[in-house]
Amino acid sequence: MSAVAYEPVVGLEIHVQLSTRTKMFCGCEVSFGDPPNTHTCPVCLGLPGSLPVTNARAVHFGLMIGLALGCDIAERSLFHRKNYFYPDNPKGYQISQYDVPLCRGGHLGEVRIHRVHLEEDAAKLNHLGASGRIHGADRSWVDFNRCGTPLVEIVTEPDIRSAGQARDWLIVLRETLRQVGVSDVNMDEGSLRCDANVSVRPRGSGELGTKTELKNMNSFRFLERGIEKEIERQIGLLGSGYSVVQETLHFDPASERLTPLRSKEEAHDYRYFPEPDLVPLLVSESMLKAARAELPAELPAERAVRFENELGLSAARARLLAFRPELGEYFERALAHDVPGVDAATIANWIELLIERIGRDADPAESKVTPESLVALAAMVSSKAVSRDAARDVLTMLAEEGGDPQKIVEREGLGAISAAEDGLGELVDRAIASDPAAAEQVRSGNMRAIGPLVGYVMRETKGRADGGEVTRLIRERLG
Amino acid sequence: MSELLDLTAAAAAQRVRAGELDPGELFEAYRARAAAEDLNAFTWVAEGPPDKRARGDDPLGGVPIAVKDLFCTEGVPSQAGSRILEGYRPPYTATVVARLRDAGAPLLGKTNQDEFAMGSSNENSGFGPVVNPWDRSRVPGGSSGGSAAAVAAGLAPWAIGTDTGGSIRQPAALCGVVGLKPTYGACSRYGMIAFASSLDQAGPLTRDVSDAALLLSQMVGHDHCDSTSLEFEWDIAMPRAEHLKGVRLGVPEELVGSEGGVETGVRERFEETLELARRLGATIEACRLEHAPHALSAYYLIAPAEASANLARYDGVRYGLRVDGDADLISMYERTRSAGFGDEVKRRIMLGTYALSSGYYEAYYGTAQKVRTRISEDFREAFASFDFIVTPTSPWTAFELGSKTSDPLAMYLNDFCTVPMSLAGIPAISIPCGLSDGLPVGFQLAGPAFTESRLLDVAYALEQAIGFDGSAARLPDEVNT
Amino acid sequence: MLDRAQVLHVARLARLELTDEEVQRMAAELSKVLDHIEKIRELDLKGTHPTSHVVDITSVLRADEPRPCLPVEIALASAPEPIESAAGLGFGVPSPGQAPGE
Repeated sequence: MSAVAYEPVVGLEIHVQLSTRTKMFCGCEVSFGDPPNTHTCPVCLGLPGSLPVTNARAVHFGLMIGLALGCDIAERSLFHRKNYFYPDNPKGYQISQYDVPLCRGGHLGEVRIHRVHLEEDAAKLNHLGASGRIHGADRSWVDFNRCGTPLVEIVTEPDIRSAGQARDWLIVLRETLRQVGVSDVNMDEGSLRCDANVSVRPRGSGELGTKTELKNMNSFRFLERGIEKEIERQIGLLGSGYSVVQETLHFDPASERLTPLRSKEEAHDYRYFPEPDLVPLLVSESMLKAARAELPAELPAERAVRFENELGLSAARARLLAFRPELGEYFERALAHDVPGVDAATIANWIELLIERIGRDADPAESKVTPESLVALAAMVSSKAVSRDAARDVLTMLAEEGGDPQKIVEREGLGAISAAEDGLGELVDRAIASDPAAAEQVRSGNMRAIGPLVGYVMRETKGRADGGEVTRLIRERLG
Repeated sequence: MSELLDLTAAAAAQRVRAGELDPGELFEAYRARAAAEDLNAFTWVAEGPPDKRARGDDPLGGVPIAVKDLFCTEGVPSQAGSRILEGYRPPYTATVVARLRDAGAPLLGKTNQDEFAMGSSNENSGFGPVVNPWDRSRVPGGSSGGSAAAVAAGLAPWAIGTDTGGSIRQPAALCGVVGLKPTYGACSRYGMIAFASSLDQAGPLTRDVSDAALLLSQMVGHDHCDSTSLEFEWDIAMPRAEHLKGVRLGVPEELVGSEGGVETGVRERFEETLELARRLGATIEACRLEHAPHALSAYYLIAPAEASANLARYDGVRYGLRVDGDADLISMYERTRSAGFGDEVKRRIMLGTYALSSGYYEAYYGTAQKVRTRISEDFREAFASFDFIVTPTSPWTAFELGSKTSDPLAMYLNDFCTVPMSLAGIPAISIPCGLSDGLPVGFQLAGPAFTESRLLDVAYALEQAIGFDGSAARLPDEVNT
Repeated sequence: MLDRAQVLHVARLARLELTDEEVQRMAAELSKVLDHIEKIRELDLKGTHPTSHVVDITSVLRADEPRPCLPVEIALASAPEPIESAAGLGFGVPSPGQAPGE
């Protein structure tokens, strides 16, 4: 057993397919799911004599991403050739960016961005054989429809400290990019892909351990699980006196096994050199201006900060509402009713109660509870017309049938019982009479004993009494 | 027919436009000669008349053109002189070829070349060497050996080739014809099967300077399919200079000096031409190109490096040769490429891969690109005091077949005087300036970028004064029309 | 100066299969060429930037407008192994044997 406590150190490498009409370096239409090899030309097929020409809109989208992530945009960047042989790489090199990328630095939430650059996607390699998977396949075939689709590669610094954090952060990134409007960011369709670089180190150490690269995690759940398993594996190795080997691993979500992808002798020597068929990319002020102009007024991370700092929401609630636009929009609409006695934090709380009832992933705008009625209900609680407990029941009914909370309260007879009504004073007396021991405790100053007395009244009123009011009355009675 | 043969392309075009010559007759006359030739200059000849009939106002008058094999020509074999592309017919046509066709120069045939433009003797072709019409035991030069030989032998009125380190100029010199490499970016590279992307340029090979000007004028211009093509208002006028008064010519010691290794006969013709230039009014002085002696070394790092990447697409997956498709993937790659590429191509791929490989990039490729910068600076400095720089095009005349094939380094020295201009991206022309032991000698003029018109003018004036007669190399007319 | 192991390594990177004789010959030829080329490393090139592009143009960009594609039969016209699957036509290759991209 290891006496050392290890902390995981995780960085992510994300590939985003841009939603331009045409490919990165040719005019073929970008597509998904069409019959194979129906969107090709000499350029994306890598025919002899073909030459690349850069898609202006892909650059524009790249700039938008860089600005949204707060990066430094390079005034001048270069494309490089990344040389390797593989059937999905028709030229025998991929046009990418190397030491002079489009963007450097930046951050999203608490994770720093290392770089953002443009490149072209590879073709799709399909495998013939029972499973359709590469292991055990005899023959493969290539579909070049995808080849040349514009990609933005985003690399983070190794700032992530758990598998869960990786998952949550990727969700924020996806939502941010979706709102920026540059990609479908759909993991199922491959427009969002994520690899992870994982290492561990003794807690408190400033050095980095040997990292492995995890590939083939094509859902958020698999990403989290894969990283979890790899962290476990590495800690296990180090704890037993072995060392971690730098390698690339494939995660199989079904078996949860991690398998090395490459033999150690196959070193990656990509022999990068500047792409002589393309000229340097100079980013002008007008290009930046155009990119800025198309960004949404407020991105999820910014919205979360505003919700927390200006509206007083807790960090967790701020993130919940900011990173799910449907929740954020519902929240803003409710807020807009500007009802006195109902603040932002209260509304946020009620929204959370609402989604517990309609389903955590549901859109409240599609539920039967309008923002107006939610706020009205909250106002009734704040004015003590309804007790908190009763209001929750009202919410449940609202979610089922819709309508006006006031009417539901009246129909069900759930109006709060206050001291103004006769019954409450009597009930308090009966409570005190029913438990003299507790009453004596309270009388002598032990406030903890008040619970059973309050509980008695709440039971008798079926929750309609205002708990705070009951407590006040009891204390009044008992001095 | 021999009357037809005597016409330059420009003269023939003029006759066609004047209605005095039938372009169909012109085409068939050359077609038949090309089909019957025995220099191995052609890898493909048109089987019949062109699809499009020349119009009266076509600038190129329907005069047929021979095109180096590496230009993609839709539906017609485009093999770049390599077995790895044997029989390959592309689905599109190179921009330059399309422009020439649309300007009235129909495709006569595809010419033989050194494989993937790598070579200076046309002995590296996958389809056999081309022989020099001046002396069939000798090479025509390379890599555009087929185009040069075809024009010299009167098998084509004119031709286009490509020049990466001298591949138009050097065969032009060895075959006694005119060859021009334009400013880098002047002609589109779209559809040109690539050797070295930052150096390759298309250019004319013609009987005289006027033909070269006419052909070039239809080749240059921006192409949106080529990101490196220049947007420039080219105005290539027909040359007519009659003197060279006020023209300052510079002779770089580093290239022409006594250690330059230039053959005696070549040096003599060169000096005589300088004397002609003086009589025409030019001033001639020594100039400095400090880093020129290192140009070959830089070139033989940069060009192979780019080539190693450009030739990676020949992998047996989508087109071309495939060997052992039933083996595993890596074996299929290796056997296909080893069977399909010749020795020189393999050598350069190896050299280029090594120069780019991990740990060696800075020392080799990185250093070479710095030398290149220095060479460009040297030219800029020289052009502050000189209008054009002149050298012999090739250090020697056409050498015997097989005499340099066992020593790659010796072969590379062919490009000693032509490579610096390629690295700097500046235009240069070679014109025949005489014979040495019965073999043609080439005279090279190089100018600053964008000075093609002036360059052609000066070359024209010299050409007129030299009065070179290349008709001796023209094959006799044995085909009856 | 280029030994057998280096030649084999470079050949593997370039996907070339060389016979023993070729490896030997290549080692000798390349070494000779490199010996000559090496001399540029003795030059003083301090302060000189490498040429990455000979032309003085920048930012050549194209509008995001579709252009006609090749019909699928034309795209596969020169394919050494066209494969027809349920989905359509593809370029057949030996299976890479291990999973992707490098």
